[in-house]
Amino acid sequence: MDTAVLDLLKERLDTVHETAISHGTLVLVVAPAELPGTVQRLKSEFEFDLFLDVTAVDWPGQKPRFEVVYHFYSTTHRVRFRLKTRVSEEDPTVGSLVSLYGSARFMERECHDMYGIVFRGNPDLRPILLYEGFVGHPLRKDYPKRAEQPLVPYRD
Amino acid sequence: MDAKLPNPVRSVFEQVERDGTVVVNIGPSHPATHGTIQIIVELDGEKVVRADAHCGYLHRGFEKECEAHTWHNLIPYVDRLNYCSALSNDFAYCAAVEELMGIELTPRCKYLRTLLAEYSRIADHLTCIAASLMEMGAMTAFLYLVMLRDFIYEHLAALTGARVTYTYGRIGGLACDLPPGWLARLDEILDQYEVFVGRVHGLMDRNRIFIDRTRDVGVISTAEAINWGFTGPILRSTGAPRDLRKDTPYLAYAELDFEVPVGIKGDNYDRYYVRMREMDESVHMIRQLVDLLPDGPINVDDRRCTFPEKRLVYTEIESLINHFKLVMEGPQVPAGEVYSAQEAPNGELGFYIVSTGEGTPYKVHVRSPSFVHMGGAHRLMEGYQLADIIPTFGSVNMIGGECDR
Amino acid sequence: MAARIIPIRPAPSAAFEYITTKKDELVGWARKFSIFPYPFVTACCAMEFMAVSSTPYDTDRFGAALPRFSPRQADLLMVVGTLTHKQAPILRKVYEQMCEPKWVMAFGVCATSGGFYQNYAAVAGIDKIIPVDIYVPGCPPRPETVIDGIMRLQDQIARARHPILTKDF
Repeated sequence: MDTAVLDLLKERLDTVHETAISHGTLVLVVAPAELPGTVQRLKSEFEFDLFLDVTAVDWPGQKPRFEVVYHFYSTTHRVRFRLKTRVSEEDPTVGSLVSLYGSARFMERECHDMYGIVFRGNPDLRPILLYEGFVGHPLRKDYPKRAEQPLVPYRD
Repeated sequence: MDAKLPNPVRSVFEQVERDGTVVVNIGPSHPATHGTIQIIVELDGEKVVRADAHCGYLHRGFEKECEAHTWHNLIPYVDRLNYCSALSNDFAYCAAVEELMGIELTPRCKYLRTLLAEYSRIADHLTCIAASLMEMGAMTAFLYLVMLRDFIYEHLAALTGARVTYTYGRIGGLACDLPPGWLARLDEILDQYEVFVGRVHGLMDRNRIFIDRTRDVGVISTAEAINWGFTGPILRSTGAPRDLRKDTPYLAYAELDFEVPVGIKGDNYDRYYVRMREMDESVHMIRQLVDLLPDGPINVDDRRCTFPEKRLVYTEIESLINHFKLVMEGPQVPAGEVYSAQEAPNGELGFYIVSTGEGTPYKVHVRSPSFVHMGGAHRLMEGYQLADIIPTFGSVNMIGGECDR
Repeated sequence: MAARIIPIRPAPSAAFEYITTKKDELVGWARKFSIFPYPFVTACCAMEFMAVSSTPYDTDRFGAALPRFSPRQADLLMVVGTLTHKQAPILRKVYEQMCEPKWVMAFGVCATSGGFYQNYAAVAGIDKIIPVDIYVPGCPPRPETVIDGIMRLQDQIARARHPILTKDF
């Protein structure tokens, strides 16, 4: 693992609130407004070319409620890191990364489906894992696990 | 006929933009979509102008189910993600939890997991290649490869008790050790592998029809592939030797001698050939591992996650309470989060786990390679013929359980 | 069973009954050994479906190997794997497009009862959507279990009534 890159990241990125090392992975926290700019710099300066994943964690007791988590990988430096930001329940909006990474399209759609995070700039936020007509966001902690919304009426 | 049935998806192209194009729906119940994918294509004659892939027809609520079960109880759900190579998923998940708990595996477990991961890789690639070849009409090659895969299934059933979804990985080790005679049978199967795969090479590699259907079809460049998130054999077929087993070695891969096969053009033929060569490399690795396999215990001796021996459970009170707590409450994983990725047969399979210190997870998220590949699949299909969609889709190896979770 | 159609009942007479019984046996024998499955494949059970259709378990021995991928041409709908709510309209449509006589096999526990996916996304058993003739349990079922299921279905077909003239024709 090329830790020199990680040290460089910590120095150079001034938009970052806090950094931590969690089980060998560098974690950076930014404000939602700074996110697209930071990722742009990460891609161009630090060669984090593979966008691995975006997901969210729901902390219902805390404010802001949702924590949106990104993972990036650099194929040249062979190192991975995590980027986190927090958005509130009233305005769960984050800038989208579709202009930087093609793979962001589907992954942001899934995050929107499951948690309701709105990715500003993603032209296509149709439901991907769920279906048209599904009300609610199932991975939020207040959605009951067994609340089914059948599309076809049941027999009997 | 009942009242009109609702349409679960909304397509991006309701109306055609150009004159003379037709919108055709493929799937989601289709022989060659490997399960449940719907591809809506806009065709100009036979040429695909635009393609829109819809997944989600197998979304079974994996993440929500995981939040309702203990860390051990959710291993069967993890199995059913990439069901062609269920052991790889088990081990990737267990590795993530072990990292969060700070557990170091025993040497025998490390080597055995590596061996079984490579064995699963062979089974997955056999399934992928067999299905793609059958869809192009090569029924004999399909039957050869599925027969070989059946030997592997029966062999793994002798070890784990199940043929397809094993639930064999445990946090801190494995469910049980190798039965006697297992390694001898493994040797026999690897010899059979040479025979069967040799026949398939003879049937397909220089077959004029196969080359015409797959060469220069579904071409993608390395930069594009990385932009669209492709990893695994698809990225390697474009020429980039990116493999987590070599780049960031885990388990026993650092001690093995193997090559990473890469393709030339990134087309369907390359993807087929990269998978065939990867199977050869896996067999080579398994043969090395059988020699390197040390003796010793399978499970790490850690009360937090390993179940005590049954005879102790029935005689000692501490073991009884330990067993009870592990079953009823689940292993207490310390609070924190971790992202741990392994090189599954399809690409980078990552688990992002968040724990709040209890016996049930707060969040288990799978970074599944198939889902990300589906996001980029339209780039492989646009510009080619309608009939090319099937081989291209087969070479992407989209596994529904992993894609939709 | 195919007995959703109400047959025309002829006047009872012993010779006529004998002929219709023998006709039912003949038609039942023909239908049970020429099953054209429609493999409605969704999930992991597909691996066992592939295994049971090829060597060494071979459903071709029972006449049930040749899949017809158009619902109009198939008579056994094998629902292989989990059915989700998103997929349910498609299953209903495929079932309605099939012509009589048709049978439904629930292949695997997810199709039988939802398996261990009891949540917002999965339908807890396909018999909530379509009528089922034979349930094959297993996660996934061993090929021998599937063959047992096919043989029991064949017994069912052999013993059923096969009316030629019905109220609808």
